[in-house]
Amino acid sequence: MSILQYRAQLSKFQSLIALVLLCIGISLMSDKFLTIDNTWNVMRQISVNICISVGMTMVILTSGIDLSVGSVLAFCGAITAGLLKFGIEVPSGNLYIGFTLLGAILIGLLAGSLLGLFNGWTITKFKIPPFVATLAMLTIARGLTMLWTKGYPISDLGEKFDYIGTGWFLGIPLPVWISGIVVIIAVIITNKTVLGRYIYAIGGNESASRLSGININKVKMTVYAIAGVLSAVGGIMVTSRLDSAQPNAGMSYELDSIAAVVIGGTSLSGGRGTIMGTVLGAVIIGVLNNGLVLLNVSPFWQQVVKGGVILLAVIIDKANSKND
Amino acid sequence: MALENVSMQFPAGKVTAILGENGAGKSTLMKILSGVYPDYEGQVIYKGEVVCFKNPREAQNAGVAIIHQELNLIPYLSITENLFLGRELTNSWGMLDKSAMRGKAEELLKKLKLELAADTLIADLKVGQQQIVEIAKALLYDSEVIIMDEPTSAISESEANILFDIIVNLKAENKAVVYISHKLNELFKIADNYVVLRDGKTIESGEMAGMTHDALIHKMVGRDIDIARSNEETMDKQVLFDVANICLSISGKSVLNDISFSLYKGEILGIFGLMGAGRTELLETLLGTCDGTPQGIVTLDGKVVNFKSATQAIDAGLALVPEDRKKDGLVLGLDVKNNISLSSLHTTHRTGIINNQTEVGLAQKYISALKIKTPSEKQLVKNLSGGNQQKIVLAKCLATGPKVLMLDEPTRGIDINAKNEIYKLIAELAKDGLGIIMVSSELPEILAISDRILVMADGRITAEFKTAEATEDKILKAAIGEDI
Repeated sequence: MSILQYRAQLSKFQSLIALVLLCIGISLMSDKFLTIDNTWNVMRQISVNICISVGMTMVILTSGIDLSVGSVLAFCGAITAGLLKFGIEVPSGNLYIGFTLLGAILIGLLAGSLLGLFNGWTITKFKIPPFVATLAMLTIARGLTMLWTKGYPISDLGEKFDYIGTGWFLGIPLPVWISGIVVIIAVIITNKTVLGRYIYAIGGNESASRLSGININKVKMTVYAIAGVLSAVGGIMVTSRLDSAQPNAGMSYELDSIAAVVIGGTSLSGGRGTIMGTVLGAVIIGVLNNGLVLLNVSPFWQQVVKGGVILLAVIIDKANSKND
Repeated sequence: MALENVSMQFPAGKVTAILGENGAGKSTLMKILSGVYPDYEGQVIYKGEVVCFKNPREAQNAGVAIIHQELNLIPYLSITENLFLGRELTNSWGMLDKSAMRGKAEELLKKLKLELAADTLIADLKVGQQQIVEIAKALLYDSEVIIMDEPTSAISESEANILFDIIVNLKAENKAVVYISHKLNELFKIADNYVVLRDGKTIESGEMAGMTHDALIHKMVGRDIDIARSNEETMDKQVLFDVANICLSISGKSVLNDISFSLYKGEILGIFGLMGAGRTELLETLLGTCDGTPQGIVTLDGKVVNFKSATQAIDAGLALVPEDRKKDGLVLGLDVKNNISLSSLHTTHRTGIINNQTEVGLAQKYISALKIKTPSEKQLVKNLSGGNQQKIVLAKCLATGPKVLMLDEPTRGIDINAKNEIYKLIAELAKDGLGIIMVSSELPEILAISDRILVMADGRITAEFKTAEATEDKILKAAIGEDI
């Protein structure tokens, strides 16, 4: 193997190598890091970011962006919690509709897909840049959350619901199962399906894709809807773990999510990147967060370090793509 | 190694043409001369001294300017601001001396017969006008050696003529002009000397006077080329595609005006027109991807169709090989097989799951049928040469099983061997019963392979010829239109 090929192979695994080095480093400095309890803890913590980031990856692969994921997460969590706890009362008709656990969750997911579709609709129909369209949705969905919750948390949602965020199944935390399934489905979509191919093609060259007969609008709508649904999945997991839907849940989650995508090697201009890269990115951020806490680093420094890691990842990525 | 033992001279007051197929080493040579590649063996002697330019700025300061094939202008800055980019004039306060720059820019635009205000934004210019601004930029340096890399590839005939006048003036001012072009006709018009490169070596150099087209082509490829097509095959005059009274206006401006024609099964219909004649707009309209709402009736295989998107058009049996393959034809970051299957995926994989074997099979079929030179179907398309890229666009279109194949400048920027292969393919496809519409601005190409020729000017069809009756003169006359 020549040096160039060797480098190319190395660059494929560099996030993985970085992660392993990070883990070795932290475990040398803290004996609490490499324990089973802490490992599950970290994985549980990152599963929400993984769900959101998987959707974000698909959006970014089409050379879009979704800034609304945090707000959509809060809204969908609140919808599910509200329906579960209070149902819907129609004052005039003296009507009350109660919701089962499954019903409330499905409506929460539906809400996420609708908000995502709305993003896709404004982006494709009115040609609004995704940055602006989803920035508007960031505010709209947060406002809707406030309206729905009247600004108060919706808590005490029942043991069954709490199981989603806190429970275990076959010795593995349920959120890890959920995010794992999301990742597997997303890997299949991006690698094995026509939709996935179109996502890469549109991000690589939208004009050529349109002239090749790809229905660009349909693909984009689908991708933003997927991002919405996955935000809803995250919202339900967060709400369940806290046993409470907080009106200000998910604040600035879009930043952690974009960070995971970028650290994972996906190009912000679209067309290049992988779901597994993003998963690694999310794990690196999670491990870093956890490690810095275990090492008693001040929360202020934690932010500085995280920002530095994002910069470093992009610089290395740039250097690699130049070598291509 | 891109260049091997290349020697040539560029005398002052002469235009030296550099000829060669794509990949012959022309661009590499120009990059050495203009300081882009400072690491080379051998010597460059400029005004009697050995020089080695370390970067383009050094070359420019010494008086060697290059006009690149790709435009390097900033769209939302004015013509003046672009001309003076990086060497702005300042007053004694260190502020921009806008009036001095505008004055110089206006003077230059006048000299170049570009009738535009110097503070027009580049974004508001047509491509041809942008090219002239690019040329103005080189002239502003007061350069001694001016290298032009395919300067007429994007400009109209009349704009090209202005450029040729400028070149004549440059010669009179005793500058050395180096002119790279695929268009042999141009070279015969303006060049004094020629240098032929092939596979990174100088094959021959000499004076243009006394050379012929065929002799030059022969030197470039090292073998004779044959683009003649026997047009005599009896055609079963069955109308495949009929276009009646197509009109299109984009933001109030008429782009297409009452276009009507029929295309027969197995026919190659050539459409010739100068820049801005509406050729590309016509193809876009037929494919359903134009801006604006077109009027008129289009009939495909006896059925009236009204395509609103490329998706519908492709499903109905239309396919387009667009003019700009990198911008509109290919996803450069995807591999060969993904590009070939791109248009046909949704029909071959109705379940939505991609079958890898089917896809590889499709790719291999076209790689061998079209003789696409690639290490494998997994090679990224951006690593292939222009000719092979063009074949991939063609393969992508053929994979959809089209009835009508529309080609927009199918051989732009590809070397002569690849051109010939593409011509042969087009002829074979027509033989198989496809209807082919080929838009081209290269007269020899139109004349060689069309069965029938339409000429467009100002959004209208101004003439129709059977190929046997057509000559370059007749076609060009119709293309220039009555107005000029």
